[in-house]
Amino acid sequence: MVNYFKLIALALITFFAMIAANYARDLAYMVHALLIAGVSFGLFIWVLRKTGTEQVHPQDEYMDDVVRFGVVATAFWGVVGFLVGVFIAFQLAFPALNFEWAQGFANFGRLRPLHTSAVIFAFGGNALIATSFYVVQRTSAARLWGGNLGWFVFWGYQLFIVLAATGYLLGGTQSKEYAEPEWYVDLWLTIVWVAYLAVFLGTVIKRKEPHIYVANWFFLAFIVTVAMLHVVNNLTIPVSIFGSKSVIVWAGVQDAMVQWWYGHNAVGFFLTAGFLGMMYYFIPKQAERPVFSYKLSIIHFWALIFLYIWAGPHHLHYTALPDWASTLGMVFSVVLWMPSWGGMINGLMTLSGAWDKLRTDPVIRMMVISVGFYGMSTFEGPMMSIRAVNSLSHYTDWTIGHVHSGALGWNGMITFGCLYFLVPVLWKRERLYSLQLVSWHFWLATIGIVLYAASMWVTGIMEGLMWREVDANGFLVNSFADTVAAKFPMYVVRGLGGVLFLAGSLIMCYNLWMTVRKAPAKEASLSVAVPAE
Amino acid sequence: METYSFLREFADSWMLLFLFLFFLAIVFWVFRPGASKEYKDTASIPFRHEDKPATTEEART
Repeated sequence: MVNYFKLIALALITFFAMIAANYARDLAYMVHALLIAGVSFGLFIWVLRKTGTEQVHPQDEYMDDVVRFGVVATAFWGVVGFLVGVFIAFQLAFPALNFEWAQGFANFGRLRPLHTSAVIFAFGGNALIATSFYVVQRTSAARLWGGNLGWFVFWGYQLFIVLAATGYLLGGTQSKEYAEPEWYVDLWLTIVWVAYLAVFLGTVIKRKEPHIYVANWFFLAFIVTVAMLHVVNNLTIPVSIFGSKSVIVWAGVQDAMVQWWYGHNAVGFFLTAGFLGMMYYFIPKQAERPVFSYKLSIIHFWALIFLYIWAGPHHLHYTALPDWASTLGMVFSVVLWMPSWGGMINGLMTLSGAWDKLRTDPVIRMMVISVGFYGMSTFEGPMMSIRAVNSLSHYTDWTIGHVHSGALGWNGMITFGCLYFLVPVLWKRERLYSLQLVSWHFWLATIGIVLYAASMWVTGIMEGLMWREVDANGFLVNSFADTVAAKFPMYVVRGLGGVLFLAGSLIMCYNLWMTVRKAPAKEASLSVAVPAE
Repeated sequence: METYSFLREFADSWMLLFLFLFFLAIVFWVFRPGASKEYKDTASIPFRHEDKPATTEEART
């Protein structure tokens, strides 16, 4: 019965998407309308062929096929995001790579948001969805709530990624950092996100364990806060229903403040709280011992969410933002150092009594270095938020280096560790295909990050000092182009660091693929059939 | 009083006090007597039910 409503809805969506494509006012909108028409028509055929069959959801089994798809998507988008990152790094070093024939589509300005969104939302987002679905089922001892809603979340999120990515290349962007997608893509993400919240919360509510494990607290904070941030920062009015252009309802400095309230909490809740949820489950699992201090984890949680939400104004020092607001942001950023390091200590000390595993298990090494990078970048961040330091570091490459030591070091490494844990478990293999390849990945990625961060410190501080250098008469010594020329060697080193990191991730993909193909199987078949292998 | 001034004054007085006391209460609650035993059990959740959900009989409520 439900299928008939689905068919009617999909037919209507296809129809209206084709009308929208016809009246489209710009290229991005037209391509998206055609894309949506194609996807909904394909779904129409798919639902039509399946009408009459009921999909079963056995409550005595975990729903792991959606997690398997999530693992594959994480690895795939990771490689895509890193590849685009390496390319734009070399575009900065060698501007000739902004090819004349690709102007307006593949120049730096169009590719940069593609890179940031691909790594944060496609790679990180898929990692978060997959691990949260895995963790919430295990720690609630219950199957995922909502039946096929979990699949809707997964595929709906992939559609969001494709719409966002193609939109950037075709110029459909509202130019808000980390929130570039235009109004209709934002609306779609809102629908997917509400479904995600429902699936996650539904599973927590029907849990068989009396307590909600701390990892789920972090995941839940991430889902709820991102929903709030996304809606408030994207309150736009479309110029036309047949065009991608929209106008934000906030004006002037309020808009800037809302944007960086969103932007910093995207870091705080998407890239920190969510990934801490991963840390609190997968590090104990890989180390085979419970978290160091559960009391500390509760204090860590409340301190982190109470403080992070106020730190945004440190992105707007020396702007039209009132002084009290930027001081508030600075103070909270510095105080935030404490819960961050509390969490880091909790993660690291989970290994106490099992430090020998660092020598024998490259997966736990990966997780530990990710927590190490978390500690390092959460020390660097509060320092850079201090107004005096910020006057040197802001608008320079130091910021880029800071972001990457956090994103590559903390988010990347903990995700790799989780993938290495998940693939043998999900595909019922005895072990990974090769631990030696994990070690290769570990060292390539680590050296890559070190090259990246070190070159960005050098070029960032140099650039900051060159901008403020004045001669005896008070005139500025350097033009902007002078600083660009001086940065060239560091840009090449940064690009090479990216190449190493990308090479490591390709080795990981090969290793995971061979684990599924070649590693000895634990059981004859996966208990749940894997569709479309 | 205009809305902005009212909200600002409320935020940096009563709301700040409320959030701070709420946080302090959590810290005291975490260290309540008997908490260690309970948290020991909670911390070992990841090591149960790895392969399949709990059945109704073994549900721990």
